[in-house]
Amino acid sequence: MKFGILVNEGPYTHQASDTAFKFTEAALQKGHEIVRVFFYHDGVNNGTRLTTPPQDDRNIVNRWSELGAAHDLDLVVCVAAAQRRGIADADEAKRNGKDADNIAPGFRISGLGQLVEAGILADRLMIFGD
Amino acid sequence: MLHTINKSPFERNSLDTCLRLAKPGSDLLFVEDGVYAVTVGTAVQDNVKKATEEHVLYALGPDLAARGITEDQVIDGVNIVDYGDFVDLAAKNDRVQAWL
Amino acid sequence: MANGNKKFMYVNRRAPYGTIYALEGLEVVLIGAAFDQDVSMAFVDDGVYQLKKGQDTGATGMKNFSPAYRALGDYDVTKLYVEKESLDQRGLTADDLLDLTYEDEDDDYAEKPSVRIVSGEELAGILDEQDVIFNF
Repeated sequence: MKFGILVNEGPYTHQASDTAFKFTEAALQKGHEIVRVFFYHDGVNNGTRLTTPPQDDRNIVNRWSELGAAHDLDLVVCVAAAQRRGIADADEAKRNGKDADNIAPGFRISGLGQLVEAGILADRLMIFGD
Repeated sequence: MLHTINKSPFERNSLDTCLRLAKPGSDLLFVEDGVYAVTVGTAVQDNVKKATEEHVLYALGPDLAARGITEDQVIDGVNIVDYGDFVDLAAKNDRVQAWL
Repeated sequence: MANGNKKFMYVNRRAPYGTIYALEGLEVVLIGAAFDQDVSMAFVDDGVYQLKKGQDTGATGMKNFSPAYRALGDYDVTKLYVEKESLDQRGLTADDLLDLTYEDEDDDYAEKPSVRIVSGEELAGILDEQDVIFNF
């Protein structure tokens, strides 16, 4: 089965990103395919490499990057939502005249079309939000 | 259809809306703060008990445990599942609706 | 590229302005319209407030995005289901809602209403026919 994953909230403030991660992990363990993990609304905040969470708690950003690398996942941060909230890669930073970028490893920034496409390509679109 | 409910029934009306719009015979999965709805002795217990007659109800074990809810505190008829079962439920149903 | 004609349903349950979900949800619908799928929207609970007439955000400093709903008809999004129970609970009627229309190319481009007020039971049936259901 092909799953699309939509994460609507940022790390820590809501459990959405945690539940999405646990679901994604379980789906991969069962041999399913993850078409894309799309981060929208405050979910784009899962894609910043500047977090320093307490050492004795889970590192939400890093574990998405690690899971992404281990399984070649397509982790996509919505460009419009990212622009609103200040998540940028080097290209976006340059294009918008910002003096820094902050995207985390394994994430890429792209348009909402990627979310709609995931809905078309996947057998099930799983939504995690508030 | 698989319906997921992730908010407490005392915080949000999502459970009410889900019950109003779910066709009989649906699978209802309670996750995150949604699991409070399936604990015994609450003001929504009767509604949830009634729902077990029309639908099949599930609650995510890890979320129950995180909130200190033991098996005997869960309403009779609600099945306790893990993340793997969550995946299976999503695969088994033709469509999924997340009542945020 | 993407293929298949799926039934896409966008469920809206939140009021506008208090949170961004109404605005950013609408942005997905408008972008998604380019993908040629069978798109509908449902307005339930506080989501019905998104379609309330007369929104004037000037004094709040926020952008009034309600005019964007008028574009839906041009983007072939012509099925906007509004749940009657949600309207009743909020003391609203059809007269309180934006007058959204589309031109039916199969009927000599006659102008028709996009807003369809349905009961919860009818909406449950409609949801059950969908392939992909979005919630924001």
